[in-house]
Amino acid sequence: MPELTMPTLGADMVAGRLLTWHVAPGDRVRRGDIMATVDTDKAEIDIESFDEGVVDTLVVAPGTKVPVGTVLATLRPADAPQAAAAASAPPAPPAPPAGPAPVPPPVVPTPVVAVAVVPAPADGPAGRRRVSPLARRMAGALGVDLDRVTGSGPGGVIVGDDVRAAAAGTATEAVPAPAPPAPAAEAAPPAGAARRSDAERRASLRAAVAALMARSKREIPHFSVQQTIDLSAATAWLQAYNQQRPPAQRLLPAAVLLRAVVLAARDVPGLNGTYEEGILTAAPRVDLGVAIALRDGGIIAPAIPGADALALPELMTALRGLTARARRGVLRGADAAGASITVTNLGDQGADLVQGVIFPPQVALVGFGRIAERPLARDGMVGARPSVIATLTADHRVSDGHAASRLLVAVDRHLQEPDAL
Amino acid sequence: MTDVTAGTTTYRQALHDGLRDALAGDERVFLLGEDVGRYGGSFGVSRGLLDEFGPERIRDTPLSESAFMGAGIGAALGGMLPIVEVMTVNFSLLALDQIVNTAASLSHMSGGQFHVPLVVRMTTGGGRQLAAQHSHSLEGWYAHVPGLRVLAPATMDDARWMLAGALRDPDPVVIFEHGSLYAMEGPPPGPGPVDLDHAAVRRAGTDVSLIASSQAVHVALAAADALAEEGVSAEVLDLRVLRPLDTEAIAATVGRTHRAVVVDEGWRSVGLSAEVSARITEHAFYELDAPVARVCTAEVPLPYAKHLEDAALPQPRRVVAAVHAMGLGG
Repeated sequence: MPELTMPTLGADMVAGRLLTWHVAPGDRVRRGDIMATVDTDKAEIDIESFDEGVVDTLVVAPGTKVPVGTVLATLRPADAPQAAAAASAPPAPPAPPAGPAPVPPPVVPTPVVAVAVVPAPADGPAGRRRVSPLARRMAGALGVDLDRVTGSGPGGVIVGDDVRAAAAGTATEAVPAPAPPAPAAEAAPPAGAARRSDAERRASLRAAVAALMARSKREIPHFSVQQTIDLSAATAWLQAYNQQRPPAQRLLPAAVLLRAVVLAARDVPGLNGTYEEGILTAAPRVDLGVAIALRDGGIIAPAIPGADALALPELMTALRGLTARARRGVLRGADAAGASITVTNLGDQGADLVQGVIFPPQVALVGFGRIAERPLARDGMVGARPSVIATLTADHRVSDGHAASRLLVAVDRHLQEPDAL
Repeated sequence: MTDVTAGTTTYRQALHDGLRDALAGDERVFLLGEDVGRYGGSFGVSRGLLDEFGPERIRDTPLSESAFMGAGIGAALGGMLPIVEVMTVNFSLLALDQIVNTAASLSHMSGGQFHVPLVVRMTTGGGRQLAAQHSHSLEGWYAHVPGLRVLAPATMDDARWMLAGALRDPDPVVIFEHGSLYAMEGPPPGPGPVDLDHAAVRRAGTDVSLIASSQAVHVALAAADALAEEGVSAEVLDLRVLRPLDTEAIAATVGRTHRAVVVDEGWRSVGLSAEVSARITEHAFYELDAPVARVCTAEVPLPYAKHLEDAALPQPRRVVAAVHAMGLGG
């Protein structure tokens, strides 16, 4: 029987507090549906279901703090009988019929939940949505909700063209969107479930940052190298790129800097990974951490998993979504997965340079100060040129100044060829 | 030689020309094997060479694969550049100990002090009603072995020029000549040399990659023609070099088309097609829009009867059907 467990939302997390259930026993959930909100020391995070089925039992009551790995809820297959323990819960809605034909929702005589019975458009034989790897990657990059896409591949599998069509808004109009999750029996939350006040949250976040950064400085022998990077070419390219596009598709300089770091991390793999128990594990891909300052203070560093598989516009989309969710305090489980290297970017208003602190168990952190016009010499002439001071802070246990320099040089080189980004 | 119309040549003639060039160009090169001299080679590739180069350099051997392969290895160690012809890959199993335990291993075991610049030519493949013991495709067995370079010429150019490159390799090279290609006619090969490292796109396409080698390249090309009539654009990748495999080219073609059918005349289980499929998963998983499909030879010893042999071997219609099953065309 599939279970929903308290996930680990960062290397330093040992426990989390269940805040709210968004589902009730008997609700049908699909992969990706938000089932609960969990409070960690850093942020409230919506927990998605990794399975498809009907909610059987809610094991943990709102307000309870439980260790990572604790079972929060159990699911059962849509057509399985209800567990005896949950017999008092409202009856499960009938399983949707096989086949893609939409049917009107049956009238379920229960006042508690209104479950939208939408035939899953791409159910495989096992009842799991079938999505090709390409389609899943494109959906993530283009921000397409796979629940709203009809699969046109063999057996209803969702393929790349379906996602492309959905992104273009030309497809799947016929498929009704799943109803929002029912506000599951939330009328009287148990005592203790109340959300923390902003002040409490700030204090808690500060304490979490303090603990992690103190551990980092205690355990990691940090060193830094820095390089001033001429951004004339990148800035000019960006301007030309953005001029031809509507605001929603324009790129921020931050995305260009991140893309250069992703490419450089692939060029110099020794700094892209984690160091635990005395062993450096090189990451097979670039899971890019992005340090995001929160409006009410504090900083968190969620990740863009598999950032090296994203082209520049896709990376921009991912960054935009990540920043928005972080600032709203509603990160998803996938956002909070571990990064293999992190970037901190002070943006337009910041100081000239930042020498950051590494997020354990990572081994490197790239910092960008503000982009500003600075006097730079080129071809024997000093001119005012847009530039950025990049720093790389690295773990001296696994690398040295030479490797660190190579990474910054690679970042520089990629930024001099913006066409190839 | 085969009667060839003006302006065309055959795969057999291209191999012959490459062999003759090699013998004429370097005195250290010599050919040995069963029937390579007086009979002209069991497939006619070395016809006429005995008269031209004499029995010292075109040597008929007794019917003992292990012995003449070992003689070739000894000659290579002694400074010669031997070309050993084994009639079919089936018979080469008698020489497998020499090839795998000696030729492929010596450089490694001696810390690079001894190289074995040996070239082994052998025939592979079915389609000629020669039954099980003369028709199998065991390229995957050789491609499994570190220390060997394994080549599979599918085109006139590769048939003409791969041998010259193989002779320049200081380590053992195995060249598979497909029996059904000997009579293939086509325009004369272009100027050499050809590289021995890279796969080649034989036909560009956007919807699906057909990945093949040797005779299966021609099966894939025929399938691509049929698919084009349905509006499906198939890319055909000729692996050419079975070891070391050109992983980059495999990942690149899947990156362009997002779908792959591996066409292999070997058996499916634990074979070359399995290796190619695994590399796609390792290096291009997030490009895949459909599971990798394989069209291989039926897992039986190849039958003699023509209709049964045809049923066992990969055919263009089976490739087309595999593409249809991906939801394209049909």
